[in-house]
Amino acid sequence: MQSSAAPVITTENLTRKFGARRAVDSVSISVSSGESLVLFGPNGAGKTTLLRMLGGILKPSSGGAKIGDVSMPGGADVRRRIGIVSHHSLLYDALTARENVEFAARLYGVRQYRQNAMQALEAMQIDDRADTRVSELSRGMKQRVSVARAIVHNPDVLLADEPFTGLDVVGAKALSTLLIESRSRGAALVIVTHNVDEGLSLATRAAIMNRGSMVSIEDRTAIEPHSFGSRYAAMVSADA
Amino acid sequence: MKPTPLTIAAVIAVVVTYIRAIFFTPYEAVQGPVQKIFYLHAPAAWVAFMAFGLVAIASCLYLWLREDRLDRIAESSAEVGVVFTTVVLTTGPLWGRPVWGAYWTWDARLTLTLFLWFIYVAYLVMRSALPDRAMRARYSAVLGILGALLIPFIHLSVYLFRTLHPRPIVMKPSAPSLPGEMLTTLFLAFASFTLLYVALLRARYRYAVTRDGANPAEDHRAR
Amino acid sequence: MRDVMADAWLIARKDLSIEFRTRSAFLSAVVFSLLAIVIFFFAWDATAVPAIDLAPGVLWVIFVFSGLLGMHRSFGVEEPDRAIDGLIAAPIARESIFLGKAIASLVFIVAIQVIAIPAVALFYNLPLGKIAAPIAAIAVLAAIGLVAVGTLFSAMAVNTRLAELLLPMLALPFFVPIVIPAAQATAKLMSGRPVGEAVAWLKLLIAFDIVFVVACALAYPFTIEE
Repeated sequence: MQSSAAPVITTENLTRKFGARRAVDSVSISVSSGESLVLFGPNGAGKTTLLRMLGGILKPSSGGAKIGDVSMPGGADVRRRIGIVSHHSLLYDALTARENVEFAARLYGVRQYRQNAMQALEAMQIDDRADTRVSELSRGMKQRVSVARAIVHNPDVLLADEPFTGLDVVGAKALSTLLIESRSRGAALVIVTHNVDEGLSLATRAAIMNRGSMVSIEDRTAIEPHSFGSRYAAMVSADA
Repeated sequence: MKPTPLTIAAVIAVVVTYIRAIFFTPYEAVQGPVQKIFYLHAPAAWVAFMAFGLVAIASCLYLWLREDRLDRIAESSAEVGVVFTTVVLTTGPLWGRPVWGAYWTWDARLTLTLFLWFIYVAYLVMRSALPDRAMRARYSAVLGILGALLIPFIHLSVYLFRTLHPRPIVMKPSAPSLPGEMLTTLFLAFASFTLLYVALLRARYRYAVTRDGANPAEDHRAR
Repeated sequence: MRDVMADAWLIARKDLSIEFRTRSAFLSAVVFSLLAIVIFFFAWDATAVPAIDLAPGVLWVIFVFSGLLGMHRSFGVEEPDRAIDGLIAAPIARESIFLGKAIASLVFIVAIQVIAIPAVALFYNLPLGKIAAPIAAIAVLAAIGLVAVGTLFSAMAVNTRLAELLLPMLALPFFVPIVIPAAQATAKLMSGRPVGEAVAWLKLLIAFDIVFVVACALAYPFTIEE
C-alpha cells in the first residue's frame, strides 16, 4: 500500500476545450491515498468533464492528469486501478444485475468474478435482486448496481459522479459505508455531489468548481458546514 | 464575394473551350452532334475522381497531422466533387441514349462513377449529422480513406462482371484514335475543367474558413 | 494478442447474450428473410425466370438487409446508459471492442444464413446438397466482409443524429463488392458450373475481406477517441 502522503491523482493545468468553450480551465489538484476530495459546483461547472479526463475517457486539450506516474488516458494497467461511477448507469438493460457486475469483473481481470460480483452486490444491499433484469429495477436499485459494478474489482482510485442520485436511505448508507471503507483501505476518491451534508461527511477535502475553474479547495477540518453551505448556495444561485 | 482572377480565368477558359467545341470542332462521323457531350462528360469525370483523390489525401493527412485546415480542404473538395460527379451521371445517359440506345449501361466506368457519387453523398450526409467539429473531421477522414480503398474493389467487381464502355479512344500510345482537332479540344476541356475545379475549390475553402470563424493565419494550429 | 482475443470473446458473448435475451433483431431478420423469399417468388414470372436464377439474388438481398438489422444493434445496445463508456474505461484494448462486436455480428449473420439457405432450397425446390459446402464457404467469407464494414459504420452512425439512415447509407456502397462476387459465385455453383469458374470471384472476395478487416480494425480507434 502506498503511504498516505504520496499523491495518487494529480492534475497540472488540466484544460479541456469544446470548440471555443473552456469546460475545464487550468485545474491543478492532487489527491493522495486515503483521501477523498469532494467536489461541489453548479451544473455546467466542468466537474463531469474533469472526472472523465481522470478516468481516461476523455483526452485533455492541454495540461495533464496523472494516476500514479501514468498520464491519462493511459494503458490497461492504470485503467485497472480505476473505478468509475458515472452520471449514466453504464448497465445493460437486458442483462441481470449479477450478469452486469460479473461482466465488469471479467473485463477488469478479476479472477473470482462470481464471488466478487456477489460481494459487491451485497455491499450495496442489492444482492436479493441479483437475478433481476436491470430493465425491471427502479432508478435507485439501478444506481446501487451501478456502484457495485464500479467497485467489483477493488479499485484504489474511485471517481464518482453524483453517486447518491436516486438512492434511498438504505442505498445511501450502504454507499457512504463503502466509500469510507475503501478510503480507509488506502483508496483515493474524487466524489462529485450536490448534497452538502452528505458530501462534507465524506470529505477529507472539499472543493468548489465554477465555470471550469477550481474556486476553492479546503481541508474538511477547516470548514464550517453552515457557512460553506451558504457560500455554495450563493454561488449556485448567482449562476442561475 | 468578389471573383478572383483565378475564377475569372477559369470561366473564360471554359467558355472558350465550349465555343471551340461547339463551333470549331468537327462532328464525329458515326455519332453526330451529340458526341460533343463527350467534351463535357469526360473532363467532368476526370475532375470528379481527382476531387475524390484530394479528399482521400487530405483525410490521410488529417488523421496524421490533425490540422483543421485539412478537414476544410477535404470538405470543400467533396462538395465540388459531388457536383462534377452529378454532371457525369447526367451527361452519360444524355449521350448514351442516342448513341447506344440505352440510358444506362452497367459498364465499368459509369458504374464506378455512380458509386463515387454514393460515397460523396454518404460523406456529405454524415458530415451534416455530426455537429461536433472534431468528431466530424475524424469520421470524415475515416470515410474518405475507406472510400478510396473501395474504389478499386468496385472497379474490379464491375469489370469482371461486364465491360461495355467504348474503348479508350484517346489514350492509345501509337496513334490517338481521335483526329487532331478533337484531341486538342478535349485536352483544352480537361485543362479548363481542372482550372475551374481549382477555382471552385478555393472559393469553397475560403467560405469554410469564414464559416468556421478561423483566421486564415491561425489555420496551422492543431486541434 | 491472446488478451485481445479473450476480451473480444467476452464482449462477443455479452452481445450475444443480450441479443438472445431480447431476440428482437434476430426474429425480425428471420421474418424478413422468409417474407423476402415469398415476395420474390410471387413477383417474378415463374415460367420466364426459373427459380435457380432468382435464388442467388434473393439470398444476397436477405443477407445484406438482415445483416444491417443485426449491425445496427451492434453499437445500438451500448447507447442507452452510455454503456460504451464502461468499455472504453475498462483495461482492454480498443481493438477488442471492435473484434468482439464484429464476432457477435458474424454469428448473427451466419445464423440467418443457416436458416435462409435451406429455406430457399426448400421453397424454390433447389437441390443444394452437393454444393452445400462451397455455398457455405462463400456465405461465411462474404459475412466476414459485411461484418467488418458494418461494425465500423455502426460505431460511427450511432454517434450521429441520423443513425438509422446513415448506417445503410454508409455501408451499402461497401457491401456491393462483397455481394457481387458472392452472388455471382453462388449463381455459378447453383447452375452446376464447376467450382473452378467461381474461383476468380472467390479471390476477389478474399482480397476484400483481408483489406477491409485490417482497415476497419485500424480505423475503429479513431471513432472513439475524444
